[in-house]
Amino acid sequence: MRSPLWQLVLFRLRALYREPSTLFWIFAFPLLTSIALGVAFRNRDLAELSVAVADGPGAPELAACLEAAEGLRAERLPLEQARERLRVGRAALVVVPGEPPELIGDPTQPDGRTAKLLAVDALERENGRKDTRSYAAHSVNAPGARYIDFLIPGLLGMSLLSSGVWGIGWALVQMRHGKLLKRLAATPMRRGHFLLSFLLTRTALALVEMAFFVGFARLLFDVRVFGSSVELAGFGLLGSICCGGLGLLVASRSRTLEGASGLMNLATMPMMGLSGVFFSAAHFPSWMQPALKALPLTALNDGLRAIMIDGAGLEAIWLEGAILAAWGVLCYAAALKLFRWQ
Amino acid sequence: MSTPAIEVKGLVKRFDDVVAVDGIDLQIAQGECVGLLGPNGAGKTTTVEILEGLLPPSAGEVCVLGRSWATQAEEIRPRIGVALQETRFYEKLTVRETIELFRSFYRSGLEVDEAARLVQLEEKARAQVGKLSGGQRQRLALAVALVAEPELLFLDEPTTGLDPQSRRAMWDIIDSLKGRGRTVVLTTHYMEEAQVLCDRVVIVDHGKVVAQGTPAALIASLGGEQIIEFCTEPRLDPASLHSLPSLVRVREKNGGALLSVRELHVALPALLLAASQEGTRLVELSTRHATLDDVFLNLTGHSLREEQGP
Ligand SMILES: Nc1ncnc2c1ncn2[C@@H]1O[C@H](COP(=O)(O)OP(=O)(O)OP(=O)(O)O)[C@@H](O)[C@H]1O
Ligand SMILES: [Mg+2]
Repeated sequence: MRSPLWQLVLFRLRALYREPSTLFWIFAFPLLTSIALGVAFRNRDLAELSVAVADGPGAPELAACLEAAEGLRAERLPLEQARERLRVGRAALVVVPGEPPELIGDPTQPDGRTAKLLAVDALERENGRKDTRSYAAHSVNAPGARYIDFLIPGLLGMSLLSSGVWGIGWALVQMRHGKLLKRLAATPMRRGHFLLSFLLTRTALALVEMAFFVGFARLLFDVRVFGSSVELAGFGLLGSICCGGLGLLVASRSRTLEGASGLMNLATMPMMGLSGVFFSAAHFPSWMQPALKALPLTALNDGLRAIMIDGAGLEAIWLEGAILAAWGVLCYAAALKLFRWQ
Repeated sequence: MSTPAIEVKGLVKRFDDVVAVDGIDLQIAQGECVGLLGPNGAGKTTTVEILEGLLPPSAGEVCVLGRSWATQAEEIRPRIGVALQETRFYEKLTVRETIELFRSFYRSGLEVDEAARLVQLEEKARAQVGKLSGGQRQRLALAVALVAEPELLFLDEPTTGLDPQSRRAMWDIIDSLKGRGRTVVLTTHYMEEAQVLCDRVVIVDHGKVVAQGTPAALIASLGGEQIIEFCTEPRLDPASLHSLPSLVRVREKNGGALLSVRELHVALPALLLAASQEGTRLVELSTRHATLDDVFLNLTGHSLREEQGP
């Protein structure tokens, strides 16, 4: 095919798949990150709390009763050793036999408080307390509420940002540095085709990235998309095109690879910390919130999370969409004004 | 007379504090092959890039194929072919893919394989650009410049950095491109190259044209077409040289001198005689034809190959 636009798109695609390091950053890196973080922060069963029962009359019965209680593990020790265990944190509670038994613990520690409540409950029942009602308890550990469910949309947003900025920015600076842009400018190539070839390739790649993310998250972590996949793709593309504009802007003038990579890091790094990739941006002080909300990556992450976790429709995230669109328009307008071919 | 391929009047280009081109006038006829010859920093690339529409001039008139870059760029671009002084084509594309990409920007032109064949790269057509040698890359740049069958071809230092053999191969290729009404503008540091390839040579120094004409005419303008270089011990008094027969010019150089003479067979015996009469011993003696380098040296006082100061 001889169409210049098609040839330019082919050029971009070939540059992409013949460069193994790009593929690593786009696919392997987020996969490895999510595996590492998913394992580190997986929801574990709570360990049983350790209770030290001091030696004394009635100690064996006490220990048996506590051991039988759900969530507690009892051990018999001389009083001194039991206190020592408490001090170094290897026991949550010390029980000294007596009538009634004495409980020693640190009420400022969550474990200490829980152990005390559990121990009192078990000892009261043992002592003949009758429960007046019984409660139906259901446990939840459903997909949608775990850390990994929070993490995956954030990583997807980050990945769309960095592949947008680096994918477009780096390629342009490299071409300018090697005078290839100048050489292209000497041909009758339509400038619009050139830009369009980048956007089309970016869009295609963003779709593949999103499918890859959703696929591996589902397979490895059972992370689900509660909203519409089509809307997720649409919103993700808006974000990706906006990030591509950021890349275009950052690379619109740099001639050196060093200068450009500095600028690209400057454009992406702070947002990765501020925009709620790994933890919610709501943890930052409230006076920062309006500024954080206005960042493109925050808007992208919030929108992706709303669709994936809350099952929100596009109408619910119009504000995020508008923020991304505004950034996009701003970046493209500025980039086209500043762009130089040499 | 048909319109000239290129017409330049009073061309000036300033960068912040450097005047790279300082008032150049140039007229190049259709079908002519013209070489811009000059040392590093003379302003060759700047001039050519203005002609290619890549740089705006600071002052002066530029007319390319009868049109102006300011208003008719769209009409000029499809008709010119450009090889920049240095272009790094994308390393992971193959030769064929690179040529095909550039071919797609033009309505008419050569078949991709034909362009590769013209520069003798057909065997490398499927090789990635990153795996080509320096000479092969320069030939790729030439193929890319040729793929639209341009009427006007700009080649900025097409053979710099090549070994003598590759240079000669490149000359053959460029020589075969001339004719059929195609105009070629090339820049070079090598006077042999200009002598072999160009119908006309324009010598540029410090952003100005210092001389132009056919290589033969420029050399003839020296008056003496033979050069004698020699060294003696002890140093021969230059005054004793001025009476040599058929002498045109003496230029002293360390330990000896460079003589331009009209007739070697008259001047040489006289030089040998003078040397022995003065009681000096010749330690070096050579003779050669004058070249464009001598023309340049004569015009500017410095050699073509020397790096010049600002
Ligand atoms: N973009 C630029 N900014 C500032 N100065 C420049 C620029 N381009 C060229 N110059 C200066 O203009 C002068 C002419 O440069 P030019 O590249 O035209 O020389 P040249 O004859 O092509 O030399 P060479 O044989 O080394 O390629 C040099 O002094 C150079 O430093
Ligand atoms: Mg140059």
